[in-house]
Amino acid sequence: MTPESRDLATEKMDLIVGNLLRAGVILSGAVVFVGALIHLARHGTEAPAYHVFRGEPTDLRSVRGILTDAFAIRGRGIIQFGLLLLIATPVARVAYLVYAFARQKDRLYAVVALVVLLLLAYGLSGGRV
Amino acid sequence: MNILEFTGVITLGSFVAGFLGSITGLGGGVVIVPLLALALGVDIRYAIGASLVSVIATSSGAAAAYVKEGFSNIRIGVFLEIATSSGALIGAFLAAKLPTSFIGVVFGVVLLYSAYQAVTAKAEHAASFGSSDRLALRLKMEGTYPGDHGLVRYHVRAVPLGFGLMAIAGLLSGLLGIGSGAVKVIAMDQIMGIPFKVSTATSNFMIGVTAAASAGIYLSRGYIDPGLAMPVTLGVLAGSAFGARFLTTARTPLLRKIFSAVISIMALEMIYNSISGRL
Repeated sequence: MTPESRDLATEKMDLIVGNLLRAGVILSGAVVFVGALIHLARHGTEAPAYHVFRGEPTDLRSVRGILTDAFAIRGRGIIQFGLLLLIATPVARVAYLVYAFARQKDRLYAVVALVVLLLLAYGLSGGRV
Repeated sequence: MNILEFTGVITLGSFVAGFLGSITGLGGGVVIVPLLALALGVDIRYAIGASLVSVIATSSGAAAAYVKEGFSNIRIGVFLEIATSSGALIGAFLAAKLPTSFIGVVFGVVLLYSAYQAVTAKAEHAASFGSSDRLALRLKMEGTYPGDHGLVRYHVRAVPLGFGLMAIAGLLSGLLGIGSGAVKVIAMDQIMGIPFKVSTATSNFMIGVTAAASAGIYLSRGYIDPGLAMPVTLGVLAGSAFGARFLTTARTPLLRKIFSAVISIMALEMIYNSISGRL
């Protein structure tokens, strides 16, 4: 592979990664904003309770629960879905890198990106063994 | 104060944090937790969860611009992400085991250090060595970045030591819900000899992945509250986007000093409150 063609491939990868990150942030920001409007319209006049730690109800702790709440048009569920999209944005970026490096026949870095992807998947699964 | 007012106050505070973090280069994440925990009495676990999510938002937003400009080194970034993600997972596990007062003290110490670093850091760190390590070459870490007179080539060294420090950066990120960009930049700029601009851009690129590693654990443990994370994320995101517009026109050493002073006071209060059991 000549240096020019490698740089071109890297440049293309930079561009796609940049667009992917931007799209993820804009999309999740929009979802969070919509959820915020619904949440505030319904519960804006209630009293907040963040002084005491109780932890979130179980439906806001798992992907399935969040999706159920979001589809039921619950404000907090939609916000949490937006936050989930935000957390998924860097994960999608790493997944794309696995594919991009494999395409470039850069086996070493495809494996490196795959290891990072597995670590992320482990965290997202709640860190259970 | 009802939820509407509470949300408004947090959005405004987060906007200011994001704006100052962006123009001083310190990142908005470091002040979110003390702001919520000290000023608004939010439990530190909720505060850390909200901060972690906002860190992903700002770093992804900023990284998008840097990557396109060609400053980030994706290979270096993804390789070191093995260290930061592992560290972040360990940090998130520790966060559940350690008492909040201990976490508060660690947070205060880290804050003090970043305040100190912000006023003493040199803006440019010239790479003054001729060739890369064998390991760095095998990992194809050398790269170029756009300089004043075309592309500038740079070398990379001390990969294992940088990798080790990155694991610590990840651990702090997972434990405290911050981006720990300062530690990441030290690892690349001071230890691995990577040019400052490339180090900051690559650090930004890595922060989102590091935070995402522990965010999953925080979410499943119920530490991420939508009502709290929403105003924090939107506020910080808007504030840092606004700050980025000023970045090119204003180099602000005075503001950096003021912001560092504010951070130092927050740090001391954090440590005091933790020790006296009020956090």
